[in-house]
Amino acid sequence: MKILPGGICQAGTTRVNKTGGWRNFKPVYNYDLCIKCKLCELLCPDSSVIPREDGFFEFDYDFCKGCGICENECPKKAIDMVLEEK
Amino acid sequence: MPRENKLDKEKMVVVEGSYAVAHAVKTCRPNVISAYPITPQTHIVEDLSQFMADGEIPNCEYINVESEFSALSALVGSAAVGARCYSATTAQGLALMHEVLFNMSGMRLPTVMTIVNRALSAPINIWNDQQDSISQRDTGWIQLYAEDIQEISDMTAQAYKISEDKDVLMPAMTCMDGFILSHVYEPVVLLEQDLTDKFLPKYEPEYTLDPKDPLSYGAFADPNYYTEFRYLQEQAMQNALKKIEDVANEFYDIYGRYYGGLIDEYRTEDADIIIMAMGSVIGTVKDVIDKLRNRNVKVGLLKVRAFRPFPADAIRNVVRDAKVIVTLDKNITLGLNEGALCTETKSILYNTDINVPVIGYMLGHGGRDIKVDTIERIIDEAHEVIRNGIKTESQFIDLREEIL
Amino acid sequence: MKEIRVHGRGGQGSVTAAELLAVAAFADGKFSQAFPAFGVERRGAPVLSFTRISDEPIRLRTQIYEPDYVIVQDPTLIEVVDVASGLKDDGMLLINSDFDPETFDIDTKAKILTVNATKIALDIIGRPIVNTILLGAFAGATGEIQPESIMDAVKKRFPGKVGERNAEAIQEAYNMMKEARI
Ligand code: SF4
Ligand code: SF4
Repeated sequence: MKILPGGICQAGTTRVNKTGGWRNFKPVYNYDLCIKCKLCELLCPDSSVIPREDGFFEFDYDFCKGCGICENECPKKAIDMVLEEK
Repeated sequence: MPRENKLDKEKMVVVEGSYAVAHAVKTCRPNVISAYPITPQTHIVEDLSQFMADGEIPNCEYINVESEFSALSALVGSAAVGARCYSATTAQGLALMHEVLFNMSGMRLPTVMTIVNRALSAPINIWNDQQDSISQRDTGWIQLYAEDIQEISDMTAQAYKISEDKDVLMPAMTCMDGFILSHVYEPVVLLEQDLTDKFLPKYEPEYTLDPKDPLSYGAFADPNYYTEFRYLQEQAMQNALKKIEDVANEFYDIYGRYYGGLIDEYRTEDADIIIMAMGSVIGTVKDVIDKLRNRNVKVGLLKVRAFRPFPADAIRNVVRDAKVIVTLDKNITLGLNEGALCTETKSILYNTDINVPVIGYMLGHGGRDIKVDTIERIIDEAHEVIRNGIKTESQFIDLREEIL
Repeated sequence: MKEIRVHGRGGQGSVTAAELLAVAAFADGKFSQAFPAFGVERRGAPVLSFTRISDEPIRLRTQIYEPDYVIVQDPTLIEVVDVASGLKDDGMLLINSDFDPETFDIDTKAKILTVNATKIALDIIGRPIVNTILLGAFAGATGEIQPESIMDAVKKRFPGKVGERNAEAIQEAYNMMKEARI
C-alpha cells in the first residue's frame, strides 16, 4: 500500500479490518427481558449494536470486540456474555 | 541570474507596510481568513477586516476566533476543504500556534501566514527581532524573509504559488520585521489585481474534504508508516528549493520586480567579506557596503530570503571564494551562544571543500536599533579575522556592558 | 537625503505628521520614508517619529540620530527630552510656541524658529490640533516641500470640512514662516 502525502486516506476504512476476532466472550441477547431502552446501542464503543425493525437490537459480530460494556450497562440483565468457541 | 528591479514611480503610492500586505492578500483572493490581533500585526488584520466590511474580498469568510491556536486550527479545516487560507501573527501568538503548525504542515495543507517578527516574552517586549519565527524552523513551514514593504507584499503572492504547488504542498510563513516594516510608510506598488490573477492560478487541490466523498486527514501513522511521512515532508521542502527560484522568476516576468529567489547577492563579486543577513537590516547593510566600497573595502552582502528550506547550495556557490563570512542574527539559540543563521551556515560548509571562516553577531534583539556604525564595527572585526584568524566565533555586538 | 525628527506626545498626531510629510514629499517627486519609534503607547507620553526625504530610493532603516530638522509639537517636551540631540549645525529646530526663539535655552548651533501653531489651530480649526499646521510651517521655513503637496495629503487623509480647515491653517502657517526661511 502506497501512502498519500499528509496521511490522507479514505474514510471508513476500518470496515475492512474486522476486529471481531479479538473476542473471547460474546454478548447474547435475551429478548424476553429487553425493554428496548437503547442503552446498549448508545454505549457500545464499536457501533456493534444494530437496531432492528421491531425495536430490538442485534450484535454485529464482525466488529464486536467482546468488551462487555453492554452487559454491564443493561438495566434488565438482558445481555449475557458467553464464552466464544474458537 | 541577477535581474534589475524596475522602479515604477507612476504606480507607487506611499502607504503603511501593513496596508501593503493586506492589499496583497486581497489580490490573492483568499477564501478564508482567520487571525487574532496582536501588536505589531494588528494593522494587517484591521485593514483586512475593513476590506471584508466593504465587500472588497468576494467569496471569502473572515473567521473571528478567541486565540491564535483557534485561528490556525480553523485554517487547518478550511484548507482541507480546498480553501485558500490566510492568517497573520507574531511572537507569543505564533508560539501559541506551535502545535497547530505541525498539524498544518503534516497534513500538507497550503497556507500563507504573515509573521510580523517580534521578540518573545519574558520580559515583555513588543518590538522587533526574529526569535519568534526562527524558533518555529522545524515545524515544516516554508520561511521567507523580506527586506522592504514592496518585497513583503510581492512575497505574499509568491508564497501562495510556492505553497500550493503540487510538488510542494507545504504552508508558508512570509516574515517582515515588526514596526520597522509593518509600521513604515514608504512608496510601494500595491500588488496589481490583474497581474496577480495572471500570476496566481486558482487553488485546485487534488484531495479535499467533502461529506459526499469522505476522506480522513492526518489520521494515524504507526511506527511502520510515520518515518515515510517525515521523509515525504523533507522531499517537499527540497522541491520547494527549486520552486522558490522558479516562482521568483515567473513573478519577474509578469510584474517586473525581483528580489532574489532563495538568496540575493549585493556586490559579492570579488568580495573578501560576505555579510549574511535576513529581513529589514538588509537595506542598512547595503548602504554601508556602498560607503565602504567607495573606500575600496571588498565587502558584499548575501541576503537570505529563504530560511526554510535552507538554501545550502546557493549559499555555498556565493561564499566559496570569500575570506570570511559574517552572519547577522536577530535571534539566539540559548545554550549555544549563536544565532540560527550562524549555526546553519557553518553546518552547510562542513564536509565540503569550502574552507572559509564564519563569525556570527547577534544584534537587534527586542527592537534595539541596528546602527550604521555597528555594521561598520562588525566589518572592521571581520578584517581582523582575515589578518589574524578567529578570536571569538559568535557574540552579541550591541551589548550594554554598563548595565550588567 | 534630508532627515526629520518629530517630537510630540502620545495623541498629538506626531506619527501622522511624519507620515503626511512622507506622502507629500513623494508627491513632490522625491522618495520618502516615515516611521515611528514606538515607546509606551499611552496618551501624553513623549513619542518620536521620523521622516526621510531623498532623491534616491531609501534603504536605510536605522532611527534618525543626526537630523537636518527637528519639529517639536509641544514646548514642554524641551524640559524632559533633548530635542536637539544630534541636530546638524546648519539644521533647524521648529518649535510650536507663542514665545520668541531666543527665550529657549537649547544647546544647539542650529537655527531655532517658533510658530504659534496652537493659536492658528484654535483660530482656524477650532481645536488645538497642531500637527498639520507645523508641516505648513516646516514647508514655509525650509522650502523642502511644496505646501500644496501637504495640503493635498491632509485633505486626502481627512476628507471633508476637517481637511479643508486644516489646509487653510497650513497655508496660514506656510505664509507666516516663509518670511523666516532659512
Ligand atoms: S461486547 Fe462491547 S463491543 Fe460487543 S456489543 Fe457489547 S459493548 Fe459492543
Ligand atoms: S440495554 Fe438491555 S434493556 Fe436496554 S435495549 Fe439493550 S438489551 Fe434491551
